[in-house]
Amino acid sequence: MTKLLRLGIAAIAGIVALGGLGCSQKGGDTAGTPSSAGKPAGGKLRIVYIPKSSGNAYFDDVISGFKEEAAKVGADFTTTAPATSDATSQISFIKDQVQLGVNVIAITPNSPDALNATLDDAKAKGVIVITVDADLDKNETHRVVAVLPTDFTQVGPGQLDTLASQLPNGGDFAILSATHDAPNQNAWIEGMKKALTDAKYAKFKLVDVVYGDDDAPKSTTEAEALFAKYPNLRGIISPTSVGLAAAAQSLDTAGGYPGGPHANPAGGIVLTGLSTPNQMKKFVEKGVVAKFQLWSPHDMGVLACYLADGLKSGKIKPDEGVEVDVPGLGKHKFGPKGVITAGPMVTFDKSNIGQYNF
Amino acid sequence: MLLVVAFTIAARANHAFLDFAYLLDTTSLHAETALMALGMTLVIISGNIDLSPASNLALTACIVAKLAAGGLSAGLAILAAIVIGGLLGAVNGALVAYGRLPSFLVTLATLALYRGGAQALTGPASVKVPNALTGADQLLIGRIPFPLIVVLVVAIVIGVLLHRTIFGRWTYVVGMNERAARFSAVPVAAVKFWCFTLLGALSGLSAILLLSRLQVARYDHAHGQELDVITAVLLGGASLAGGRGTVVGTMLAVALVAVVRTGMGLAEVPTDYQLAVIGALLVGAALATGGLEKLAGWTRLAREVS
Repeated sequence: MTKLLRLGIAAIAGIVALGGLGCSQKGGDTAGTPSSAGKPAGGKLRIVYIPKSSGNAYFDDVISGFKEEAAKVGADFTTTAPATSDATSQISFIKDQVQLGVNVIAITPNSPDALNATLDDAKAKGVIVITVDADLDKNETHRVVAVLPTDFTQVGPGQLDTLASQLPNGGDFAILSATHDAPNQNAWIEGMKKALTDAKYAKFKLVDVVYGDDDAPKSTTEAEALFAKYPNLRGIISPTSVGLAAAAQSLDTAGGYPGGPHANPAGGIVLTGLSTPNQMKKFVEKGVVAKFQLWSPHDMGVLACYLADGLKSGKIKPDEGVEVDVPGLGKHKFGPKGVITAGPMVTFDKSNIGQYNF
Repeated sequence: MLLVVAFTIAARANHAFLDFAYLLDTTSLHAETALMALGMTLVIISGNIDLSPASNLALTACIVAKLAAGGLSAGLAILAAIVIGGLLGAVNGALVAYGRLPSFLVTLATLALYRGGAQALTGPASVKVPNALTGADQLLIGRIPFPLIVVLVVAIVIGVLLHRTIFGRWTYVVGMNERAARFSAVPVAAVKFWCFTLLGALSGLSAILLLSRLQVARYDHAHGQELDVITAVLLGGASLAGGRGTVVGTMLAVALVAVVRTGMGLAEVPTDYQLAVIGALLVGAALATGGLEKLAGWTRLAREVS
């Protein structure tokens, strides 16, 4: 026992000594700058994009936009992501990237506030933080600009309108969302609820909001539970690509779509939502899903990368009303608090889905 | 030895790793794991397991953040965290020691109960932590981050408790052979109870460090971290069967996992591979400990025969 204790004290003393040694070595560095070890080579702009989690096709499309634009502006682009989309899972990734000496961190935050301290630390070390796809709600001071996919206030009403255009007689509908506290999801659901008060939607009734956590098996279970719980359900809106794909698969298997072999007595379930054309192509061609919407994640990547370059060189000032002209993407204007949107929503159906590939 | 190897590989793979200020800074990311692992070492040596410390942390963090937002001073908030964490740990301890229930079952239940309690308390929203409580991870004492100091102090205290006091000896005896311990008038139930309570109090202390670092409390804080904690203790040479384990081993294992994680993060190894590597380490450690023991058994046998 005594031997072990001595060993322990020795080890602890060793760690402390190591720490002291390291710090004295660091003494030469100027305080407040990132370590000399992590300085970018050759002054080339270094951008990293950290999506919510790895292995999500939607973010792969954002990444393709980043890559394309990075090649144009001559920047080094890398991407890295945590395995899960927990509120705090991105923290160690941000720290690592700051240490590696990137100039710009573009991130799709998993939480509107859990990253505050970490992002401030990055900012203090001279890193420009851009949020992509979602903003840090009420914490906008912790990033420089937010590149949002589209005018978010129009997503909720747009989704409801897509559903209503297929159901002239109205009916009960439900929402299959991602996680409980995903800021964009909640904003859209609020938008739908608000639009629902309009007299033209008087025949529609929102019966349930369920959460599939952006996890395919969980989303499938939640979708199937909706089919079972509401025998007269006429519509499901799933404003998340994982949820919509899972719901479409369940609806296809159950044959419950309008005109399907097991459509419910009310006329079948009209499914719509947000997703990428590639993920939904087979369901649209089969008639399980008639229409769905999305903006272009690819364009978001392009815009974010263009801004990263402009912000770093000082050419772009993110003030309200400032207009930037992105080659190949057109003109975009900054709104209040450094928010900029990548473009209007696109509605995909049988007639146009073949033209897209993302 | 593994630690040295991992350290060397990490340093070779990326020169950004060998920046001591950065390395010290990243220790604050692992401070909570280290604190809970120290408490877990006691529980595992006593022949039990606790699956609930991460949930305990989340619930304590949420309660304390609410109290602090309601005007509780920083000093009292820290005290409250340790007391609340300790009480939650004591619930486990009482059920295991005096209720004579299996610890796996009890703590599996409290794992869900505490996490659920945190969610019920705060809902999906984050609770902001007052400024008085934040920034401890940025605080340097003689260039060493404050959380690391906390961990080292706690490690020394637990080390002395476990390896130098009668309580420590009782803990080993209870884990090694509970019946024998009972016959030797060791207060078996009390030992178990206090092991769980201590782990709870350390979870409470971790909650304060986490709140200070993230500046918000959420019900899903430290989600799944109980596995990191148990991994560290087992990697450090403790046996789930009880009676074996050391504070030094646990601390070295936490350091190893931290070095491996940081090294792989800087080398931009995809996260799925990182998990696989940590898993492989654990299997390797289990095999190595088991193998060495067998070897020792054979040599002893050979000596006895000759």
